[in-house]
Amino acid sequence: MMALPYITEHTGFTGTVYATEPTVQIGRLLMEELVNFIERVPKAQSASLWKNKDTQRLLPSPLKDAVEVSTWRRCYTMQEVNSALSKIQLVGYSQKIELFGAVQVTPLSSGYALGSSNWIIQSHYEKVSYVSGSSLLTTHPQPMDQASLKNSDVLILTGLTQIPTANPDGMVGEFCSNLALTVRNGGNVLVPCYPSGVIYDLLECLYQYIDSAGLSSIPFYFISPVANSSLEFSQIFAEWLCHNKQTKVYLPEPPFPHAELIQTNKLKHYPSIHGDFSNDFRQPCVVFTGHPSLRFGDVVHFMELWGKSSLNTVIFTEPDFSYLEALAPYQPLAMKCIYCPIDTRLNFIQVSKLLKEVQPLHVVCPEQYTQPPPAQSHRVDLMIDCQPPAMSYRRAEVLALPFRRRYEKIEIMPELADSLVPMEIKPGISLATVSAVLHTKDNKHVLQPPPRPAQPTGGKKRKRPSDDIPDCKVLKPLLSGSIPVEQFVQTLEKHGFSDIKVEDTAKGHIVLLQEAETLIQIEEDSTHIICDNDEVLRVRLRDLVLKFLQKF
Amino acid sequence: MDPECSRLLPALCAVLVDPRQPVADDTCLEKLLDWFKTVTEAGPSLLLLQENPCLVELLFRVLKAHDPRPRVLSFSLRLAGLFAAQEDCFQYLQVTPSSSVSQQGELLPMLFGESGPLGGAAWTAPTVRSGWLQGLRSLAQHPGALRFLADCGAVDTIFSLQGDSSLFVASAAGQLLVHILALAMRGPAEGHPSPQGCDWPACAQKIVCHVEDSLRSTATLQVTQALNVLTTTFGHCHSPWTQGLWVRLSPLVACLLEKDPIPASHSLVDLLLSVARSPVGSSDCGLWETLAQTLSHLSPTQAGPLALGILKLQDCPQALKTQAFGVLLQPLACVLKAAAQAPGPPGFPEGATGDSITVDTFLSSKSACVGLLCQALAHLELLQLLPQRPSPWPQAPLLRAAVAILRFCHGSAAPTSDVGGHLCAVLAGCVRVQRAALDFLGTLSQGTGPQELVTQVFAVLLEYLTSPDSSPMVLKKAFQATLRWLLGSPKAPSCCDLDPHTQLFLGELLPVLRKRLCSPCWEARDSGLEFLTQVTRHWGGQAAFRHALLASEVPELTGQLLRDPESYVRASAVTATGQLSSWGLYATPTGPEHPEVQQESLFTELLHILSTDSEGFPRRAVMHVFTQWLKDGHADVAEDLEQFVARVLQAASQDLDWEVRAQGLELALVFLEQLLGQPGSRCPYAVALPEAAPPATLAQVLQALCRVQLFEFALRALFDCDRPVAQKSCDLLLFLKAKATPCGGPQEAGASPDVVSVEAALQRWQAGEQGQPLGELEPEAVMAVLRSMDLEGLRGMLAKSSDHMEKSPQSLLQDMLATVGVLGENEADCY
Repeated sequence: MMALPYITEHTGFTGTVYATEPTVQIGRLLMEELVNFIERVPKAQSASLWKNKDTQRLLPSPLKDAVEVSTWRRCYTMQEVNSALSKIQLVGYSQKIELFGAVQVTPLSSGYALGSSNWIIQSHYEKVSYVSGSSLLTTHPQPMDQASLKNSDVLILTGLTQIPTANPDGMVGEFCSNLALTVRNGGNVLVPCYPSGVIYDLLECLYQYIDSAGLSSIPFYFISPVANSSLEFSQIFAEWLCHNKQTKVYLPEPPFPHAELIQTNKLKHYPSIHGDFSNDFRQPCVVFTGHPSLRFGDVVHFMELWGKSSLNTVIFTEPDFSYLEALAPYQPLAMKCIYCPIDTRLNFIQVSKLLKEVQPLHVVCPEQYTQPPPAQSHRVDLMIDCQPPAMSYRRAEVLALPFRRRYEKIEIMPELADSLVPMEIKPGISLATVSAVLHTKDNKHVLQPPPRPAQPTGGKKRKRPSDDIPDCKVLKPLLSGSIPVEQFVQTLEKHGFSDIKVEDTAKGHIVLLQEAETLIQIEEDSTHIICDNDEVLRVRLRDLVLKFLQKF
Repeated sequence: MDPECSRLLPALCAVLVDPRQPVADDTCLEKLLDWFKTVTEAGPSLLLLQENPCLVELLFRVLKAHDPRPRVLSFSLRLAGLFAAQEDCFQYLQVTPSSSVSQQGELLPMLFGESGPLGGAAWTAPTVRSGWLQGLRSLAQHPGALRFLADCGAVDTIFSLQGDSSLFVASAAGQLLVHILALAMRGPAEGHPSPQGCDWPACAQKIVCHVEDSLRSTATLQVTQALNVLTTTFGHCHSPWTQGLWVRLSPLVACLLEKDPIPASHSLVDLLLSVARSPVGSSDCGLWETLAQTLSHLSPTQAGPLALGILKLQDCPQALKTQAFGVLLQPLACVLKAAAQAPGPPGFPEGATGDSITVDTFLSSKSACVGLLCQALAHLELLQLLPQRPSPWPQAPLLRAAVAILRFCHGSAAPTSDVGGHLCAVLAGCVRVQRAALDFLGTLSQGTGPQELVTQVFAVLLEYLTSPDSSPMVLKKAFQATLRWLLGSPKAPSCCDLDPHTQLFLGELLPVLRKRLCSPCWEARDSGLEFLTQVTRHWGGQAAFRHALLASEVPELTGQLLRDPESYVRASAVTATGQLSSWGLYATPTGPEHPEVQQESLFTELLHILSTDSEGFPRRAVMHVFTQWLKDGHADVAEDLEQFVARVLQAASQDLDWEVRAQGLELALVFLEQLLGQPGSRCPYAVALPEAAPPATLAQVLQALCRVQLFEFALRALFDCDRPVAQKSCDLLLFLKAKATPCGGPQEAGASPDVVSVEAALQRWQAGEQGQPLGELEPEAVMAVLRSMDLEGLRGMLAKSSDHMEKSPQSLLQDMLATVGVLGENEADCY
């Protein structure tokens, strides 16, 4: 989502983007915060010569190790954000969206965040599921819709947890314990985070925890240009929330308890550290602010302010960044650092359960998921284990999905269907021949009645190629059935043939009319009459054969 | 039988046979049977039947009923069996003419023979079949019964009931067969019958042949039945003939081992162990060979229980013990092999090398692997505690294996082999194995190990205590194991303090404990507090521990948890702070966030909990702490002893929880004993300590008791609606009375106005009006009241259970009749 303006604004993109409403609104908040953070500190000039490979090689680490620096881009502007968002068409869960008639696309709840989706891409006979960041844990969003993923030909599995060894419950416990210990000792806690997502769950946890830990008098500050909107928005997306929270809306109560924290003045939010915050600021306290990379945003000020005291603690909860790299420019640092990555996305045990439940024919996933993490090569439990083995892909690889399209659905116009006379050839199976024109448009195929034979038009005007009407030859009827040899021989005898001999072959029979020097080869799917240039005899024999077969 | 019951009995029998009357529920019929059992055991049954002809008539009528009700029929069968247990009564019932029923006949054959319920529609009810079996079980007590069983063909029916659809019936059939076999072998056949069976009584021969046939059967169910019958036989019958039985049947049992898969392996293990525990086991008749063979044939999971059983045997060849121990150790040997960085022997005795079958089991499925490991750990844990455990005990490799398993479960092991990789995948995060391994590791703390291994043990325990992924139950087990290892760790030789390794570990442990006490998960906080209480109880006096604890902020956090939202945690925090305070390790929290409690002592805070906490657990914990403080002479208590007792008793007396009130009486008793100068009076072997002050005179004691209002508390408790409280109070007052009387005590106060008012108040309390206080009491008045009360009588009353009135047979009969009567009245009301 955060890269959307780069695609829609810089690549000549002219298509439509589909997204759920919370994705758009929260995505806008995240981008707005990013732009705000960046634009707060405008740079008079920008350096780009270092991106030259020869120069880069000479730079100190980690700059010299950075990959594809030439593709690095400036941050977009708010105009670009708005323009990108204007190209989005809103969709709801389970809504079916037709794409050019070729496939139907449906978003499903993925249980990870407000409005987050998995997608089903299906034609009439094939179904592909695309699973992105999903969660089976009970958090604030609607639970993951697993049932709709069943019967997939292919399941593309992406967005698994980045920290498979960290159990979110345990991490929340660590978060709370460390927070309490720091504050009890008179220290401050800094939580670098995004303004939406896990923070809602963290605030809910703290709501339940602060009284038991005796932290009721400690202020919690949430500082972000979009803090207010984020907290407010979360309360109005009732239909995208889990059942418990939805029912609260009907009471009516705010679905998230952070409303109460705000009412009781335990949680205060500010757009930035300037203004009101400076007046209200009281220590010890807990501050939630961005950006989690520690490279820009208000978090930078707090790192500078609190970094020198060992009483303070910075707790990393976002799994997207290496906390060691984030901290690198601030070293030496006296404040304590705690890493509690809270990633609620699927882990490998959950994936294994999901696959057992959903049972796709094939699984396709990034290469990284098919082997244990490089740092823990013995943990064979940290990889996808399924049968048949998952098909893996690398970055930018074009992949042929392991199925073939065998059938297409074709519609028949009513008047044409009316004219068909099906014949039952086996119990329950009827056939009819159709002569029609196949009309194909937007990947939809329709059989229309054939045009009437063209009237001669005087031949003055030359016909345009598009007016060509296909030749409608009178078709011979199709035959079906089998020829009972004994009855056939009797019929031949009845019609005056004598000296008939029947030979069994591997594929059927040969009826030999010795007198007429003629051979009738009867096989399962063909009958041949071989006679010596006697067309009359051949036709006579043919008619006798046809008597035993059905025509339609 | 008491005359009143005899009078009621005919009416009850009439009710039971009347199809229009509702049948009393099963419980009543069971109670009735229990009563008849005691009556028949106490006296001659024949007389009983002759004096109460209604009983025989009941049996006849039930038999002749067209559509007998299954419950009543079952009851009648069991009743007849009870009567027929005595031989004369058995004879009487064989040929009893009925007095009023037109048909006469032999009652017992009619009840248990083929003409009885056996062929009727009622037989489809399991309760009737069960009654039939239980009736026969009671009846089969004498040789006459054996003949009867043979004549009526009952044994064949019992054979068929072994496979009954009702498990109760099937099990009763098996037990009855054993009983009949034992009865048949009693008397002339007792001794050493030949294995061939030519001198066996016919009935026994028939049963044994049936068992032989079943053992030869290809149907597992039949084999199981036969094995179960034999298991019961060897478990219950220890006469010499069982040896002959084993000699006769053991070849057939051995044949079962040749089948693949071995049928009914669980039952086979049970049988072999049952034989081994019986006198047969002490005489060598091929049993040990069969056991050895079975051990090697069974799958690792099936062989585990057998191996444990063998190791528990007192007398058993050493080679077999070694083999059995090898079987138990195999899964752990496998783990060690899989975890080994460098190849080498795991250090287990020979025979436990992780054979391929065990490896196959490990690899077959996750549940098989987890099941086998948990079983092995549980068995070894049991074994470690037994006096006859194998010696030498492979302490070091077992420690290594336990540590390896815990590392696999935690994902911190780095296996090099394929099996190791598989184990890693299967065990990672497996809570079941973690719990079993931690329990096992805790048990291993009883032994010693090389220091390097002990360091590993502490390291892995610390890993579990630190890991955010440890589930609450695993964390609790980790704390328990840690406690056991800490308490088992050696003391430094030079002084009585902790050894340097333990001190080092404590330094790492306390920050973890501190974090756990702040956990949002209440179970983690609770386990942490329990651990703290235990470790303080043992080490409160150790300087190194005191120093580390005081520097760790843990005591302050513990104090804060007194206000935890979870009542279990509050209770544990009360116990922990009580313990800390006893050792002078608790300082009242003075943090900026708790200004309101800054000045309060722990006593005040705990008293506040006792008076206001809405849950029972913290209040009970407070009472326990206070009692302990009183016993230990805690500083807060010693400051003003009487004030302390008075305030606690006042709070406890108003408590709604009877356990708190009962604990209040316990505290009162401790106080009383201390006043009377008899510390530890309840332990006659305690070393008498030199007393600091001479015991006070009785008058002074009574004065003190009056001042703390102990009498009011105890007298009020005497009429408590909860019996345990009243009992305790009664004991306390009796103790006091006994102490006061021989000393001459204060003289009779006569019927002074004081005594009159106390007695009046007591009467009101007894009537349930407990609101009014007694007010100021004089010791003389109290003693007079005590003397006038029949406390012994009251104690006798209280000792009886609340339903002692309703338990009499007379009451039972009346109840059963009343139920019918009441229903009858209701019917009448309808018209």
